[in-house]
Formats: sequence, structure tokens, C-alpha cells
Amino acid sequence: MSNIALEVRDLVKSFSLDGATIQAVDNVSFQVRSGEFVALVGPSGSGKTTLLSILAALLSPTSGQVLIDGQDLAKMNERERVKLRREKIGFTFQSNNLIPFLTARENVEYMLRLNGALNHGSRIRSDELLARLGLAERLHNLPAQMSGGQQQRVAIARALIHNPAVVLADEPTASLDTERAFQVVETFANLIHENGRAGIIVTHDLRMCQFVDRVLQMRDGKLVRIIEDKNEILEFAGAAVH
Amino acid sequence: MMKNFTLATYLAIKEVVRNRGRFFLVALVIALITLLVLFIAALGEGLANGNRQYVANLDAQLVVFLEKSDYIISSSRLETNTARSIRRVEGVDDAGAVYTSSTEIVSLPEPLKVSLLGAEPGRPGMPPVVAGREFRSGEARETVIDQQVAFRSGIQIGDVIEIRSTQGVDDEFFELKVVGLVSGQSYFFQPTIFVPPSTWEKIRPQSDSELSSDTPFPNIVAVRLTDPSQADMMMTRLVERVPNIEVTDIETTINNIPGYSAQQGTVQAQGFFTLLIGILVIGGFFQIQILQKVPQIGVLKAIGSSNGMVGLSAVIQIIIVTALGVGIGGGLTYLFSLGFPPTIPLVFNGARSLIAVALLLSIGPVGGMVSIIYAVRIEPLKALRLG
Repeated sequence: MSNIALEVRDLVKSFSLDGATIQAVDNVSFQVRSGEFVALVGPSGSGKTTLLSILAALLSPTSGQVLIDGQDLAKMNERERVKLRREKIGFTFQSNNLIPFLTARENVEYMLRLNGALNHGSRIRSDELLARLGLAERLHNLPAQMSGGQQQRVAIARALIHNPAVVLADEPTASLDTERAFQVVETFANLIHENGRAGIIVTHDLRMCQFVDRVLQMRDGKLVRIIEDKNEILEFAGAAVH
Repeated sequence: MMKNFTLATYLAIKEVVRNRGRFFLVALVIALITLLVLFIAALGEGLANGNRQYVANLDAQLVVFLEKSDYIISSSRLETNTARSIRRVEGVDDAGAVYTSSTEIVSLPEPLKVSLLGAEPGRPGMPPVVAGREFRSGEARETVIDQQVAFRSGIQIGDVIEIRSTQGVDDEFFELKVVGLVSGQSYFFQPTIFVPPSTWEKIRPQSDSELSSDTPFPNIVAVRLTDPSQADMMMTRLVERVPNIEVTDIETTINNIPGYSAQQGTVQAQGFFTLLIGILVIGGFFQIQILQKVPQIGVLKAIGSSNGMVGLSAVIQIIIVTALGVGIGGGLTYLFSLGFPPTIPLVFNGARSLIAVALLLSIGPVGGMVSIIYAVRIEPLKALRLG
């Protein structure tokens, strides 16, 4: 049995808007094990990004608990949350993912610098990871000199290089064409599985679910469906194609 | 802390190097502001020197004026025996009468206006001779001239110069033999020539009514004290012991040179507003840059960079660009200064230039303060679509 890398218990996040209270995340609970790749899907406004922000220690919940690698986010101050994001979480975002004035290699190495782990060995590991993602020829390119797919792959390398417990991906394929989107998510899934990390991808594109181990479907802030069976997942993803 | 500094420096340098065109342009704007500020500072120093140099370099701690002359040299005309009376006061080391006027050296291809000062050799008021010798006292037609005069006119020791002086309603010409040089003695925006008091009385421009008298009346008396730390007490003592005088220190004397305070105030205001413009320009640039970088800063924070590190990186970047701009500006100022004629009073070696450089180096961080605070306050949520 793999370790539980991420545990969410009775999570609630509510906002006040014009005097009314909106439940963006409504009593959500789930777990993600190390080596498991999970898709968080749902229509716009269903609470996916709010949930992801709470998991990323960027937003505090109204109530409930989030444990990353056994550490309770609610018990942490801001400094500890920054440290947790640096050490335990890997990120890829929808856009503006990379630091524009750093090359592909420097962007990945930045995570190592941030963790005080940049050395000869980690440099080699970084280059190998980029090569694995098909970017061996792009090490010295700036983000502006790379395609959207290449930039996303660099971001994936950056999200994984420091061996985080949890990797969070916020719509990583939103700006990619279908072929590149499939390539990116498939590579992402493979690396999550190989490295034994817990991965969560937020996506609008249900076709991407074919690469995940579990689908969490949200609607109106609630977790309305969990799909764990591989055939069901493929059917769910396939339905989106047709 | 050290790791934060190293990372912040790394990010700042990388960004400046990779966007060197953009940052170089900003540095050039700072360089132009530097050029302007340094020239204003140099002009201020030069004008101040031109106005005050003689008084500032007096070998004295106190200056005696005629009572109620409001410490204005040209308004003060003392009795001839005032200097002698002052020398007798306990605590006075020496006192020398100083006589001021102006004239024009006409024995040059281009006439040169100069301040004509009468002073007693070896006494306060007469600056030390740096070349040649002091003039003889009495009515010797000898003069000691400021090096500035020699430099601008080519006059050398041993030369005879001719000056024009209006005596009543007629122009008269007097010849003076140059016997020595003094250094740094501009007064009232003009280089100076020194003559003995009796000679001064003969050759100074004067009205019809003044022509009948041969007695020179000093404008001021420069007083050197036995113990300079007792200046305040000595001011009171002198006023008590010598009739019809008022006494002050060198600084007050300088500030009361007609036009000096207004002129320096104007120059300082110009410098202040130029620095203010610099602060606004730099502040504007970095604020726009930070606004463009909001998502990027959000990503940096989301992946674990601390607020302190992000803020420090912005500060270091601003310091790098400002230092580069000030460096280029300093170099440009030096190059331009080589081409300026000596008649423009630019002095770059004053403390004023150093203060200007220090202020210029600080305008970057001051101007960028708002953008730095803004950068620190950017929420990492900006990296996500929630921001």
C-alpha cells in the first residue's frame, strides 16, 4: 500500500459576495497516494481552482483539513507555508509558467537553488529530466524561444526536479493544440508514476482523463463523483471525444 | 538570509543581463539625469566659489563690519584706525583691514574684469603668496594676482599690467607690476588682484567727492583669534571694546554676500527638482515593469520564493541599474567638462559633487520604493487564475 501524500478532510471554502455567502468548496474529502495521478474535473465555477489553491497552500480554507505528507496546512504560519510550497509541492500553471529571463535549464535549476540543492549531481539529474522530456536541444533556450508545449514540459521538469510529495497542475494543456496536449499529459503521467509522486491535474479537457488513475468530478463546490475503475475512466474520457 | 540574498542577486542579474537593451535605456535616462545633476552641483560649487572664495579662505575667524551694515561688505566702511583698535583687544592674535572694489585689466587683448582688493601684507586678509613675493607696503605700484587671472590672461610674474579706473568723471589708467601669485581667491564672481591699501585708495574707481581724500577706509577687518574656540565670546568682547562695529563669523559673512544665498538657493532648488524628476522617472519605470511582471512574481512566490527574496531582488535590480546609470552619467559629465571653457564656473571636486552622487545612487531605491512594496504584496494566487 502506497503512502498517502495528500489528504483532504471536510474542506469548506466560502466567500462573501454582495452580502451573500458562496460555497466555492463544499465539504470535500479525498486522499491521493504517492504514485497516483488524479484528475480534478468540472465545469467553470465548480470550485476546481479554489480547491487547487487551497491544496497549494495559497489560500486558507474556511474549515476542514489539508495534510500534505502528513503536515497540516492549518497549523502553519505563512513562512512555513512558503517552505512547504518550496519543498513539498511542485507546480505547473496554465500560462506564464516559466521565469521569462531564465533558460530552460535555469528554470528547472531554480527549484534546486531555492531548496539549496543545486550541485553537480542535481545539475546532471536536471539535464537528464529535460532530455527525457525531449528538451535536450533546448537547454539554453529562453521561454520565448520555445513553443507552448516545450514550455509546459520545462514546467513539468521544474515541478518534479526537487522530488516534491505532491505535484499540482493547473490546466497545463489549456494553451496547447490537441496533439501537444496529449503528449504533455502522457509524459506528466509517466513521470508521476515513475517517480512515485502524487499528481493532481485540473482540466477542462476530459479527454486528458485517459492518462489518470482516478477522476474527481466537481460541481457547485461539491465532489459529486469519483471514478476509479480504469475502464470507466477511459469511457469517461472517450465520451468527451465523441 | 544569505541564501535569499544569493538567489535575489542571481535573479536580478539574470533579468538585467537578459533584458539588457531595456535596462540600458533606463540606465541612460539615469545617466542623463546624473549629467544634469552633476553639472548643476558643479555650477553651484563654481558659483559659490566665485562668490565666496576669498572670504572663505580668510586666515581669520571673525569679520568686523561697520555697525548697522547688516554684515554686507560693500555697505560697511570702517574708521581707518579700527584694525589697530581691534589688535589691542585681548584674545586677538592679529587683525587686517580689507578694502574692496573692482576694476578692469585693459592691457590684454580682451579686457578682464577683476576684484581689486587692498590688504596689508602679512596680516589676515592678505592670502599667502604661492609664487613670487608679497608687494611692498606704502604706495608701491605692485600687485599680487589670483592664479585664475594669470591662467585666463597669460600674465606672468614680472609683467606690468594696466588697469582702467574711473576717477570722478574721467577714465584713468594705472600700471601695476605683478610680483606674486595667490591661489583660489575669487570674490564677487571675479578673480582678484591685491594691492597695498594706499595704492588701492589711489587707483580704485571713485566719485568726485572722494577724490579729495587720500585716506583709505577699510570695508571690513579680518580678525584672527588666539583661541578660535572662543569666537562667540570674542564677538561680544570686540563689540564692547571697539566703538561703532558689528562682528560676525565667516559663514555669516559669506551668506550675506549680496545674491549669494539667493543664488545658492536657486541652484539647490534646480538640483532638488532634477533629483525629484529622477525619482519619478525611475519610480514610473519600475512600477510599470512590476505591473508587467505580476504573473511572473506570482509564479515565483507560488513555487516557494519568499516575499523578502522577491523584494530584495527588486531592490538589487534597481541598485544595479541606478549604479550603471550614475557611472555612465559620471563618465559623460567628465567628458563634457573637458570641453567647457574656463569662463564657465564648474567645479567638480567639491563635496557637493560627492553628495550629488550619493543622492543619485539613492534615487533609484527611493523611486522604486512603491514598486518594491507592490512586488512584495503581490499574492502568489496571481500565478493561478484566481488572482
